[in-house]
Amino acid sequence: MKHLLSTADLSRSDALQILDTAEEMAAVSGREVKKLPALRGRTVVNLFLEDSTRTRISFEAAAKRLSADVINFSAKGSSVSKGESLKDTVQTLEAIGADAIVMRHWGSGAAAQLASSGWITSAVVNAGDGTHEHPTQALLDAFTLRRHLSRRHGSAPHGRDLEGMHVVIVGDILHSRVARSNVWLLTTLGARVTLAAPPTLMPFGVDAWPCEVTYSLDEALATGPDAVMMLRVQAERMKDAFFPSAAEYTRSWGLTDERLAVFESTSAADAIIMHPGPMNRGLEISSAAADSPRNTALEQVTNGVSVRMAVLYLLLSGSAPDSQEATV
Amino acid sequence: MTATEPSHLILGATMPNGTTADVLIQGEVIAAVGTDAADRADEATVRIEAAGRVLLPGLVDLHTHLREPGKEDAETVETGTRAAAMGGFTSVHAMANSTPVADTAGVVEQVWQLGQEAGWCDVHPVGAVTVGLAGEQLAELGAMAQSRAQVRMFSDDGMCVQDPVLMRRALEYVKAFDGFIAQHAQEPKLTAGAQMNEGELSSMLGLAGWPAVAEEAIIARDVLLAQHVGSRLHVCHVSTAGSVEIIRWAKERGIEVTAEATPHHLLLTEELVRTYNPVFKVNPPLRRESDVMALREGLADGTIDTIGTDHAPHTAETKECEWTVAAMGMTGLETALPVVQHALVDTGLMDWAGVARVMSVNPARIARLETQGQMDPDGGLAAGAPAHLALYDPNITRTVDPETHTTKSRNSPYRGMELPGQITDVFYGGHPVVRDRALSAPRQHR
Repeated sequence: MKHLLSTADLSRSDALQILDTAEEMAAVSGREVKKLPALRGRTVVNLFLEDSTRTRISFEAAAKRLSADVINFSAKGSSVSKGESLKDTVQTLEAIGADAIVMRHWGSGAAAQLASSGWITSAVVNAGDGTHEHPTQALLDAFTLRRHLSRRHGSAPHGRDLEGMHVVIVGDILHSRVARSNVWLLTTLGARVTLAAPPTLMPFGVDAWPCEVTYSLDEALATGPDAVMMLRVQAERMKDAFFPSAAEYTRSWGLTDERLAVFESTSAADAIIMHPGPMNRGLEISSAAADSPRNTALEQVTNGVSVRMAVLYLLLSGSAPDSQEATV
Repeated sequence: MTATEPSHLILGATMPNGTTADVLIQGEVIAAVGTDAADRADEATVRIEAAGRVLLPGLVDLHTHLREPGKEDAETVETGTRAAAMGGFTSVHAMANSTPVADTAGVVEQVWQLGQEAGWCDVHPVGAVTVGLAGEQLAELGAMAQSRAQVRMFSDDGMCVQDPVLMRRALEYVKAFDGFIAQHAQEPKLTAGAQMNEGELSSMLGLAGWPAVAEEAIIARDVLLAQHVGSRLHVCHVSTAGSVEIIRWAKERGIEVTAEATPHHLLLTEELVRTYNPVFKVNPPLRRESDVMALREGLADGTIDTIGTDHAPHTAETKECEWTVAAMGMTGLETALPVVQHALVDTGLMDWAGVARVMSVNPARIARLETQGQMDPDGGLAAGAPAHLALYDPNITRTVDPETHTTKSRNSPYRGMELPGQITDVFYGGHPVVRDRALSAPRQHR
């Protein structure tokens, strides 16, 4: 694996190798000295052409824990906002010495294009492209789910997939790269996935996706899922008639106090509430649900660093996830 | 034409209807077809051995972007008409979305004049329907019609004439000079930010969809408007199976609608968008295989009247960028006939007479071009007609290399593909603008 561009083209064994490697990385993060020398002398550039403080600092922390040099480059105040092309920007970064480019981009497909363009030879990590994919988010979600599943079975997570788990993803599926990456990855790993959203926020042709689809969050919760993943919803969507009002959205598709009670009584005791952040309290998730001990939002953030360490390590240390040589 | 222009004798060419004949070109006309052609040749006559090659009436394109004035770095009238000649075209219609927009008599006369001076083929400027293509106020259609450019075709191509009242008025107004409106059928609100065909693939790729209904709804409205006011409507670049059905329905009811399909919509599908390579970004977008097949059927059964290349040259930097900000469009003049052969002739859907109809006779009839698109109803070529002719070798196969194309731009979607056929010679008003697969010399400005 030269790049990490999407989860749609990630095989089960590739995904498991990243997750297993991330477990090793998590062990490092639990030490007093949270640092490995693995990528000493390598340079990781965080090229963020769209605002995302959370993802950027997560990648920054991951690279630094592997002893890589980190250059942060954001669109604001950079040459990109003055009209420089992506090609010129990335070639400049490579000339400075980048070994990997972690790119957040507003345009779907930008990471895939960068990887296939021939403009650069660096490894490309897709840190979110438009409404297409956000593979490291899905990997950290899978990592979080797998840890909970392993705890349930009282065994180590290594080598395990998500067979037997049922995950409900709720909200703005249409505009969500997180939902897309999760549908492909979680189903590749054997989980059952249900999407719950108003029909207007379902992607066209979603029936062909390898998951179940419902317009009723209540019906989805009644099945007792192992995890419910709430997606951030932008209240401005109602201006484009995706839903009539924020209040109606919350009534039908929000994880309200009432639905939290249903979830707590119907699902298993170790079932979790996930959110990629940042949360819109009072819109897609009530404060009680946000603050519930079942909510793994912060655990997801912690796991994100481990997963991103694993990805950078596997791409830059030369061990492809599909080879058997990766050892930490 | 000067008297010193040598005559040309094309020997043993296959006529559109499949028969074989010699054709003598003298001055500006086809002087003889058949047995007396050779007899009437003299010592100075240039002889072209054409056995196995197809002789077609010069191709006519109702949909060309020559980019001048305004985007001369992508194409000029000179370079675009050279490309047209190399593709076998003896007449092209230059779309109005230049800068400034071709919405006044001054601009259309400028483009017409540039075409005259270039001398590679006829250039008919298309007039904008609305001022600045803004869809708000009718452009001075009459002034453009009465100008030296004698505009008969009006289009806001690139933009849809969305306002139904404005569309109705435009359809009515051009009746005064036997004009017609060529609609770019795209409901703008249904396609806000659209990047590719809307379907399962667009959802997976996270690209905003351009739904078929956005095209079909406008076509349905416009054929009813054309019927209501009794005017001529032409539908640009039909791209969906549903559109073909609506146009078929309209024609069965006697509505005066004509339609065009582009070569790329006859061959390429949305699957190519998986690469996110902007060379495949075009408006209307590449659709599904079933749409491609419906367009081919529509051309074969006459529902779709003509091939419009929608030749849309773009500079490298407007394609060497992210998909979502890349320019829409692809070059097409030099690959049109090979693509049509590949998609329609080699598949058995159409014979060469059919190709001559959809690429020459029909577009000339739609645009009321009296000297172009001359073919007998039986698919033969007749003596006395203006010698606008394209000689085509269908028996070779070439790998498309845009770097060798005559157009100024390199955004051909067929790069690396194997396509059949090659134009070998083109006569424009009796003058050889292409000889032996290469540009010769332009016709002298008259």
